[in-house]
Amino acid sequence: MLALFAAGLLGCATTPGPVRGTGDLGVVIERATGSIQIVENTRRSSLARVAGLGDLSHAAAVYSRDERYAFVFGRDGGLTKVDLLEARVVARTVQGGNSIGGAISQDGRLVAVANYEPGGIKIFDAGTLALLSEVPSTPGPDGKGAKVVGIADAPGNRFVFSLFEAGEIWVVDASDPRSPKTTRFRDVGKQPYDGLITPDGRFYIAGLFGEDGLALVDLWDLGKGATRILDGYGRGAEKLPVYKMPHLRGWAMAGGYAFLPAIGRNEVLVVDARTWQRVGAIPVHGQPVFVMARPDGRQVWVNFAFPTNDTVQVIDVAALKLVESLKPGKAVLHMEFTARGDEIWISARDDDRLVVYDTASFQRRAELPAKAPSGIFFTWRAHRIGL
Amino acid sequence: MRLGAAALVLTMAGAAHAGDPGPGREAELVRLVRQDCGSCHGMTLRGGLGPPLTPAALAERPDAMLAATIVHGRPGTAMPPWRPFLTEAEADWIVAQLKRGTLGDDATR
Repeated sequence: MLALFAAGLLGCATTPGPVRGTGDLGVVIERATGSIQIVENTRRSSLARVAGLGDLSHAAAVYSRDERYAFVFGRDGGLTKVDLLEARVVARTVQGGNSIGGAISQDGRLVAVANYEPGGIKIFDAGTLALLSEVPSTPGPDGKGAKVVGIADAPGNRFVFSLFEAGEIWVVDASDPRSPKTTRFRDVGKQPYDGLITPDGRFYIAGLFGEDGLALVDLWDLGKGATRILDGYGRGAEKLPVYKMPHLRGWAMAGGYAFLPAIGRNEVLVVDARTWQRVGAIPVHGQPVFVMARPDGRQVWVNFAFPTNDTVQVIDVAALKLVESLKPGKAVLHMEFTARGDEIWISARDDDRLVVYDTASFQRRAELPAKAPSGIFFTWRAHRIGL
Repeated sequence: MRLGAAALVLTMAGAAHAGDPGPGREAELVRLVRQDCGSCHGMTLRGGLGPPLTPAALAERPDAMLAATIVHGRPGTAMPPWRPFLTEAEADWIVAQLKRGTLGDDATR
């Protein structure tokens, strides 16, 4: 078994390296081959490739609190626990038919997976990946359980997510993981397509595909219900066709503002993060997919949907305007900052490479080969609420 | 939309061929279906936020309706019109390939 996994490694695979930490490590999803690369920031290098993770054409990862294990959520319902130090799969279960992502609980003991098919979430023991409980979603108009999107962890061992067809937000308290308690918010808006949680864990926000606006839940006061923010942000203007849904997980909060992708518009919305009122909109190169704040909040980086997905733009938060446009490669799918934001790693799927930029000078620092790379997830996520 | 315009020019060039799109253009269309249709329908076309596009899922749907859905989109749903990026003949070709199952797992990336 060990030998089998070791055979999948790049480089010197058979001997574990010297004792090392994991704080500068991460994983890169190779979406077409069901493999991941384990990379490290300090020397901008790839340490290993781990294969056999199933269908990773859409995938996401969260980390154990010791930053040693990655939990990778695959499209085919696969949940795989990978040991970054030994570069091998330590546990794997195919728990659903079609999945979109997952989350790890505040105490690090639970991993929840969000499923399209069958609609709902499943909660697993983070140590063994044993199934502890299931929370099926309510049926949408087609009679099938609504697809779960935008799952995030919240303080109190809670998981928060949205139901696409049903237009609901659910808060699941998994303090007792074998009998979780669900609080439902109905009629939050049409077709919530993704969600995010503010870095302090207080507010959950769902983006709506079916209307101009977002739904907000104050997790400090569930009794207030879900409220609408940025209602009618497009002001009735015709939407552009949407060739890729934005992702809100990349969540940008900087300088007292929240920066959000406008759906069907070539704009980044700027919102006052205290009042949730619209401040303005910044015109950009295409329809934003990820809108991500550098950890210090001084810059916001944006990538775009097909057909403008060869470009990345940078917003200066102090000036609220674009300061840089970069062409990292064909089909830029994801970006990830290093823990303190000195560099950013960008995946260019159709060029089969990762590009690392210095975020101060915008100079290219490195390029690494990768097979159709998509998501990049560094271990600092282990200690961020909602990631 | 500068890139959109570039894609349109490519499309017109592809449309010069009668019948099948031609090998170079076919490879582009395969990539388009797997990668860009795949954003919602899944790269293996087994479904995502959008419904599956497997032969079994499409068997009962008329070809003309499917081709029209590709070209014009479906108002009220997340399905956008792909007219800027392909011709009606190319949409017909994609429908035929989808029904034969040649664009999913077995197709080259």
